[in-house]
Amino acid sequence: MICHHGQGAAATVQEAHYSTKAWEQPILPARYLEASCGQCHMEQLEGTPQLNSGRKLLARYGCAHCHAITQPDGTLILPVDEPPSLEHVAEKTTREWMFAWTKNPQAYAVSATMPNFHFNDQEATDIANFLMRQSTASENSKVAATSNTPLPSADQAAVDGPGLYGTLFCASCHATQNSKGNLMGGDLAPELTRVGNKANPDWLRRWLRAPQGYDPKTRMPRYRYDEKQIALLTAYLLAKKDDDFLANAHPGPSDEQSIARGKKLTADYGCAACHRINGVAPPEGFAPDLSRIGSKPLFQVGFLRGMPETLPDYIAGKIRDPRAFGPALKMPSFTLADGQVESLTTALLAQTDQAVTMPPELVRATSHAKYHPGGDAGKLMEDLRCQSCHTINGNGGDMAPDLTREGSTVQRAWLLDFMRNPDTLRPALIRRMPKFNLTDAEIKNLSDYMLTAYQAPGFDSGALQSETLNAVAATRGKEIFYSKYACQSCHIANYKKDKGYVGPALADVGDRLTPVWIYKWLKDPQALVPETSMPNAHLTDDEARDLTAFLMTLKARKKGGGK
Amino acid sequence: MRRLPRILLVLFILPSACRKNLPVTPPLTPRAFGTQIAEQSGGKQASGVGARLADPVVVQVNGADGNGVPGALVAFHGTGLTFNPGQILTDDSGQASTVVQLGDISGNYQVVAETPKSGGGTVMASFREVALGYQEKVGKEVSEKYCTMCHDPESTPERVSNFDNLAPPSPHLFSDGSVLNGMTDTDLIKIIADGGPALGKSPQTPAYRTTLTPAEIRAVVAYIRAISDPPYSVPPAK
Repeated sequence: MICHHGQGAAATVQEAHYSTKAWEQPILPARYLEASCGQCHMEQLEGTPQLNSGRKLLARYGCAHCHAITQPDGTLILPVDEPPSLEHVAEKTTREWMFAWTKNPQAYAVSATMPNFHFNDQEATDIANFLMRQSTASENSKVAATSNTPLPSADQAAVDGPGLYGTLFCASCHATQNSKGNLMGGDLAPELTRVGNKANPDWLRRWLRAPQGYDPKTRMPRYRYDEKQIALLTAYLLAKKDDDFLANAHPGPSDEQSIARGKKLTADYGCAACHRINGVAPPEGFAPDLSRIGSKPLFQVGFLRGMPETLPDYIAGKIRDPRAFGPALKMPSFTLADGQVESLTTALLAQTDQAVTMPPELVRATSHAKYHPGGDAGKLMEDLRCQSCHTINGNGGDMAPDLTREGSTVQRAWLLDFMRNPDTLRPALIRRMPKFNLTDAEIKNLSDYMLTAYQAPGFDSGALQSETLNAVAATRGKEIFYSKYACQSCHIANYKKDKGYVGPALADVGDRLTPVWIYKWLKDPQALVPETSMPNAHLTDDEARDLTAFLMTLKARKKGGGK
Repeated sequence: MRRLPRILLVLFILPSACRKNLPVTPPLTPRAFGTQIAEQSGGKQASGVGARLADPVVVQVNGADGNGVPGALVAFHGTGLTFNPGQILTDDSGQASTVVQLGDISGNYQVVAETPKSGGGTVMASFREVALGYQEKVGKEVSEKYCTMCHDPESTPERVSNFDNLAPPSPHLFSDGSVLNGMTDTDLIKIIADGGPALGKSPQTPAYRTTLTPAEIRAVVAYIRAISDPPYSVPPAK
């Protein structure tokens, strides 16, 4: 009953398995099976990919901004998206853009996560007018926008821009649509396909120089671009526009009545639940609490005509098209794929009465770490927003490697070099670490901090006797690398002959990693990085040592390295 | 007496509301007739039970001259499947497209697309879709993380396929029933757990015994069996 629900005993298969209107709690359809696991388990189970992804989506798509969702371990689902502050929005864009965006965010950017509220022209006008009116001056506006460096011409930007955009790895976080209409790039930050329709040139220059001066909570790092780079990037980005996009955006006039109506709409639709807006406080308890949605009694549910009258179908229907349940409802329409709706439904079905009242000893809680590095290096890492992409001690993004044990992993010389000129270790990845143009002093400061603070226990050099890593061992290691374990299928040890493309290239791994790390990694990769796809080959101690000895001979700086 | 019409109305609506497959659409009238019908795309997809298939199912109706016939009626049916729309007239190029929702039981489903001929009778095309149950879905997740980069030449753009980078022998697609149907579950489990050399094959398949749990390995085998083409049938017990 905990896992499959259902009415219990029945006289026929039909009665036991299928929903009839009389059944309050019919058997849980197989496609939402994982919901039952979520009643006790808060942690990411390997067997529940759909539940895990649903819970991530609840946080990622901002559901938790409006709905309170208390999980069985007593913690609230916290939103992880960072909708932009609108406190200074008049610096960033125009009333026309705001009007068009408010009406239909996906018309501006197909990948926009802002939902569609189906506002009519008048409502969109009022909201745009109010948002422009409430906007105040940001810290950034106190700095001169234009430097002595003029913006290059559009033609020049079209020639030089793509190269700079590429080498700075903007695409690690920002996507653009290519000529075939496919999105290329990351989803950590807004899509830039039509950013020229939105961004004010002065604002863009100041933003590229110091994003945190406009929005202190932004995830965008402060790059150390020089003025020439900023000018070129600004010109290149401003050219990314669609001349038709704003052609039909004609908001009505801006007057006091319209602004007052806009303020009311902003409050009525809970805009401040996601965005910071001057003069509008974030609403509390704005939307129904979903902590027990999975046990919602069916007599409280208003089904649509023709839809199957079950709770899973109701929840999925509400997520897919909320306004179908009543034009006066406030919930906006999200752009979600079928699989995402199914995942979200699964995660919500786990929120049952049973889960809330579960004895605490049955509930497997998760930890909510809020680690931030300290000291000068900590400030620098905050400025560079390292944790937008990297997790450290349980806090941070998941796009880039976890740095919690980086100090035990890499060699100092390599780290200094990498910070100066980051390059990907994985040939197949599009997303790479961007270049921050750090000074030598900053690089030294950061590296020293990471090598000291991010140490793992048991990784001191005593864990592996260095004299055993000799040439004889290396020869044996090379032999098993290529024949017994065929490591070259996934890794490149020698660029001239290996083609493996899955794991990181190892051609200079002897410069990069510490021998102790390599040894422990080979013995049990999942012990160091639980989610890695590197298989644990179950090596003997001798094999792991021989392979370590071989890998330590792979050095780039040696002339003709790799043999 | 004034309530009588209302009662009559309720009596009239009730039976129709209780019928399944609401709302009923009136049959379409074909403007033209073809002589042959074939699957264009959308066959052999796999998705979770009860889910809509990622891509629509598209069929092509041609006339005796081999050219597409616009305006021909195509009706889709298949036990356990839901089609939206269930019937449609072909477009200018003679194609008809529908979105398919799988049934709630895992396994193979047969899509039948049927078009009437001018002299009476119909021609049909039928093809297979696969509904993955819980175990098979877990197997799919596991295989996308650990297997497809080598076993699928068309893995996603960012995880450029490693298939072409491997020395011979080339890995088998997981759907390659012509080979994998000939292997027993025991052998598949063995090769996943202990690597290629366990069956005297290439060491390019690493051993996953300590990386994956026995349940995950069985899930991968279940997934391989589910998407197998030609379909896998359990060998009779000896």
